[in-house]
Amino acid sequence: METEAAKMIGAGLAAIGVLGGGVGVGLVFGNYMNAAARNPALKDELRTYAFLGFALSEATSLFALVIALIILYA
Amino acid sequence: MEQFQIEPLVSLRIGNTDISYTNSALFMTFAVVLTAVLFWAATRHRTMVPGRLQATAEMLYEFVAGMVKDNTGLEGMRYFPFVFTLFMFILFGNILGLMPYGFTFTSHIIVTAAMAVFIFLGVTFIGFWRHGLHFFSLFVPPGAPLGIAIILAPLELFSYLIRPLSMSLRLFANMLAGHVLLKVLAGFIISLGVIFGLVPFMAVFAVTLLEIMVAVIQAYVFALLTCLYLNDAIHLH
Repeated sequence: METEAAKMIGAGLAAIGVLGGGVGVGLVFGNYMNAAARNPALKDELRTYAFLGFALSEATSLFALVIALIILYA
Repeated sequence: MEQFQIEPLVSLRIGNTDISYTNSALFMTFAVVLTAVLFWAATRHRTMVPGRLQATAEMLYEFVAGMVKDNTGLEGMRYFPFVFTLFMFILFGNILGLMPYGFTFTSHIIVTAAMAVFIFLGVTFIGFWRHGLHFFSLFVPPGAPLGIAIILAPLELFSYLIRPLSMSLRLFANMLAGHVLLKVLAGFIISLGVIFGLVPFMAVFAVTLLEIMVAVIQAYVFALLTCLYLNDAIHLH
């Protein structure tokens, strides 16, 4: 197989890792809305934790994206 | 890609070190000058009932001040100027990058890594300065039995050391991915022509709005994580 083609397939496979981050971010915000609907008084307090959880779970998926970009261009 | 290329505007050299004034440095200057001008203009004629500009400045100030106070307590408020500067610098950097012909300096890992490593070293220094060698108790989870603590301490140390990497990668990858996505979608408009090109055009419009939101959220997250790390160093757990 040519190196160029193998690189592209590899980058595509590495990008599958973003899937987990998508599920994670969805869970974080879904559960934040669930919690805010059950107890609206805690809405502002929970928002900080929601964004923190969003950032932490998104970072893991971005690692996969960076690996894909490294395979493609480096 | 063309929009991520760093070009020297004024070539400068000291020995073998290239210290040219680049387009990246130009936009950093823009970010600093715009922030300074915004707050200078907003606080020039202070009134009891704020006008639009003063209200903007007050909202930004209170937003960050509230974040620092909620997450690090009153002791952390002495680091508020640093967190506020960091927040405004990244916010303006991200927003300026979304302007047409703008350059996003936060989409270069060297810029975000420099900020993240500086924060990491600063926070570690503050921790040792305030607590001395007692700072190492940060790596031992409170209330854990000895057997588990021996396993957890290296993990805690590893997660502490990986902070600058994850912090810089988060901001860099978000900005890079957003701009690449916009570029790819914009390419569809040209190739599909006037009539069918309307669909990707609407998509670009929506993604631009999303990117503005991401720009603000990432600046917020960067400042929030700085606060949390400061809290670890000040209060140890």
